[in-house]
Amino acid sequence: MSKHDVHMEHIDRDTGKLGMWIFLFTEMFLFGGLFLVYAVFRNGHSEDFHAAADDLNTFIGTMNTVFLLTSSLTVAMAISAVQKNDNVLAFRLVIITLLLATLFMADKYIEWSHEFRSGIYPGSQVLKNMPHGELLFFGLYFMMTGLHALHVFIGMILLTVSLIKIRKGNINYEHYLLFENSGLYWHLVDLIWIFLFPLLYLVT
Amino acid sequence: MKNTDTHGSGYAVYAIVLVVLLVLTTLSVVITSVHLGAFTVGFALLIAVIKVGAVISFFMHLRSENRFLKLAVAGVFTLYGLVVVITFIDYLFR
Repeated sequence: MSKHDVHMEHIDRDTGKLGMWIFLFTEMFLFGGLFLVYAVFRNGHSEDFHAAADDLNTFIGTMNTVFLLTSSLTVAMAISAVQKNDNVLAFRLVIITLLLATLFMADKYIEWSHEFRSGIYPGSQVLKNMPHGELLFFGLYFMMTGLHALHVFIGMILLTVSLIKIRKGNINYEHYLLFENSGLYWHLVDLIWIFLFPLLYLVT
Repeated sequence: MKNTDTHGSGYAVYAIVLVVLLVLTTLSVVITSVHLGAFTVGFALLIAVIKVGAVISFFMHLRSENRFLKLAVAGVFTLYGLVVVITFIDYLFR
């Protein structure tokens, strides 16, 4: 590889990563808009928001926070491992990340099933009979955690693709932009949850 | 960019960051279980901001990125802050 090629690839990596960051900015504003709606409605219906948030299971929320934070660590470590030319360790760490993501989704399934059984789901009669503020809270709750769960799912797909490429050696210490960007996406999923968790589960 | 491969990639640093994040999570659960009224939201958000800062700086390596990206991230958060403030000015004083 000539000196020129090395230079070109360096620029590609920089721009590739910058592109990912810009995409993440749009994602921040997507969720930021929802947080703003939450803030305004909460301001107008604080009593109802308190009552509704009390219905959520703090334990499940806390466990999911632990799962996501830990999975962020394992992804960051996996990227370091690839940089250090240790694909075997990277492979194992991505597997652990995917397991943690699965635990998160399983928790979400248990949580939502429980709510659906109690008649709390978008458009349900139970919800329609609730005070207006509680209806707004649960609407935002399902919208925000649902959109977040969709992001977790997309992140899992990206990590699975990276996992296969790590196994095949297509992702290695010289070429790992896809994996690095998948990692950035995964951290964004974590960032959003860091705000969702206290606002929906804790501030009752 | 030049630093990303060497600095900030130590496993031990990452592990310490995770411990800090988990301690902060516990702290926010404990603090919000005590009813402090309006302060509860403030504390919870403050802890969330610190956690987000830690994830962006260490796990996302912003700490060792170039100045342009750091400014861009700071700019985006400032812009969002302005959007929130302007919305509330409109909402509260209409």
